[in-house]
Amino acid sequence: MDYVIQELKTLFSGQNFEKKRGDLLFATLDTGVLVQALKHLRDMLGFRHLVLITAVDWIEEDLFQITYLLRNYTQKTDVGIRVFVPRSNPIMESIHTLWETAATYQRELHEMFGIDFPGSPRVNKPFILEGWQEIPPYRRDFDTKKYAEETYFPRPGRKTHDPETYMKQKLYPDGTES
Amino acid sequence: MTFHWMQLVYALVSLFIVLNVGLIIQGIVRKIGARLGRRHGIRWYQLYLDLFKNYAMRSAVSHGIMFYLGPVFRLSGGIGLFLFMPVIYGSVWFQNFSGSGDLILLTYFIFFGTLGMALGAGESGHPYSAIGITRGLSQTTAAEIPLILAIIAIAVQYQTLSVTDIVAAQQGGILNWTLFTNPLATIAALLGFLGSMMRSPFDVVMAPQEIPVGPPTEFHSNFLAVLQTNRAIFPMAKTILYVNLFFGGATNWPVLIIKVFLLYMWPVFIGVAFPRFRVDQSIRWFLRIPTLIGILAILFI
Amino acid sequence: MSNDDLKKRRVIGPDGIEFEVNPMEDYFCTERPHPESPANRILEKFFNWARSESVWILGYGTGCGAIEMRPLMTPRFDAYRFGIQWRPTPRQANLLMVSGYLSVKTLKRVIRSYEQMQNPKFVMALGSCTINGGMYWDSYNTINRLDHYLPVDVYVAGCMPRPESILAGLEELKKRIRAGKGEGANAYIENLDWYKANQKKIIKDWDMPDYNW
Repeated sequence: MDYVIQELKTLFSGQNFEKKRGDLLFATLDTGVLVQALKHLRDMLGFRHLVLITAVDWIEEDLFQITYLLRNYTQKTDVGIRVFVPRSNPIMESIHTLWETAATYQRELHEMFGIDFPGSPRVNKPFILEGWQEIPPYRRDFDTKKYAEETYFPRPGRKTHDPETYMKQKLYPDGTES
Repeated sequence: MTFHWMQLVYALVSLFIVLNVGLIIQGIVRKIGARLGRRHGIRWYQLYLDLFKNYAMRSAVSHGIMFYLGPVFRLSGGIGLFLFMPVIYGSVWFQNFSGSGDLILLTYFIFFGTLGMALGAGESGHPYSAIGITRGLSQTTAAEIPLILAIIAIAVQYQTLSVTDIVAAQQGGILNWTLFTNPLATIAALLGFLGSMMRSPFDVVMAPQEIPVGPPTEFHSNFLAVLQTNRAIFPMAKTILYVNLFFGGATNWPVLIIKVFLLYMWPVFIGVAFPRFRVDQSIRWFLRIPTLIGILAILFI
Repeated sequence: MSNDDLKKRRVIGPDGIEFEVNPMEDYFCTERPHPESPANRILEKFFNWARSESVWILGYGTGCGAIEMRPLMTPRFDAYRFGIQWRPTPRQANLLMVSGYLSVKTLKRVIRSYEQMQNPKFVMALGSCTINGGMYWDSYNTINRLDHYLPVDVYVAGCMPRPESILAGLEELKKRIRAGKGEGANAYIENLDWYKANQKKIIKDWDMPDYNW
């Protein structure tokens, strides 16, 4: 994995290299060089398989993190590339030209996080949420529980317990072990 | 043959008997199939219940006049096939309306129902119906060829087109049956018989696992009940025709029912033993060996 | 079919003549359904017996429930001996088996399938997901109570219910039908406005006629 770190560092000025395991590496890149870096990883370093694209909502830092996970089948190693886009203007370059399957992931991210990928095929079509009118549901400022209770007629009588206190009461009703 | 009004009553009685025999035989055959698979299977009277239930449905949606007429044509194909051949040879009651030259009429009736169904299923507008009926028509046409060749062969052999005369010529001993006097024609017809009984190698048209149930996809409640009625009558009528043509006919009901049941088991045995053909495969199959045997039957008459 | 295909528009036919197409009017029947009254008492009793002994299932396999339904066909459970059969098309079925959680997108398809079935028709809902949302009760996209959208005859509790409990549920349904309580189709039509209001509350892009004939 060291040569991957070397190449990403020198060619694309990668930062924050994290070796999670011997065969799993994460790196952070600038949004501008991402497509070139992925192309380089695919064509030169043998990371031919796009495993997934996913996103994380860092609401405190006002950022979306997009993670691209790639797989090298000959060496059995994975590389995760992270980029950060501002939450106020979430636009990212599309990589459907490198992997056609990326279009589906980008469509999902557009629907669930509201991250736009201009030029990606059918990115504006509804994917699983047909006719969604709220803010995208995976953003952390979307209150899922409140929305579900207002919309889906919750059946009365459901009880929710705090697991810790509930199990304590169940297992030690006389309070010996507390 | 002169026409008496009482013949109408006789014909209705025999139609009623054949409808019940058809329903019960199909129920029993499904029960046997389930038992072979170590299941209890349906009850032997289940087909009656399905029929009652479908006739008792309260609503039905029509897609137009041909959609309505499709099941009617299909049923008239089955009933017509049954009405124009002698059921019991020598019986006044169950002579039906057979006359001279009715063999041509019967071959027409075999195909009539499928054609009517094509019009009805086409108007339903469901794409599965259209695909199903395309498959059904091509497969039925291919399966007809060996049968028609065999019918030509026995028409030449007996020098008549009347089913009654053909049955009469086969009386007086098992060796007089067409099965023994013209085995090639019988084999060709029996192979063609497989194609029209909607059993396994050739059931791609109607099988629920394929493009859902094919032509009757849109047919429901009463329409479906009419089709189910026909599904009880038509195989029976066709089997009785085969008994008449190739297996010496029958002079009383028990003999007829035994012969019909044994002949009905022939496609069932083939069905449990062989997997399903695609339509192109089944057409190729019908146009090779069975057709060849049919041509040989005409040549060696 | 997207919403744009359903808008009124002018098209040029293959013979070069321009004409107007309004898909909602031209392709669909917009008539409002009406309840179908039962036949007279004795006849209806016989019909109800026939209905209860010949239940044709349209399986709507969402979630994990579809897996528990397949064993019903196998020699071990063998639902066929109770007169239960599977049909592949909603037109011929008379029991809609909803086997698990429903998202808004799948609910739309369930409603379409249900409305295409013929009166009398029954609904059986499997699993706690259809009863109160189950483990997805606070999801942004999963309905909580199926009986607000379709008239449910029998609920089978469990996560997931085993084939034995599905068989017990089917027996319960048969008792209901024989007692003449299986009038869900008429109840749906009589309370159509309430059901439609509930359905339209969550299905925001309503791209079908109000009742799918």
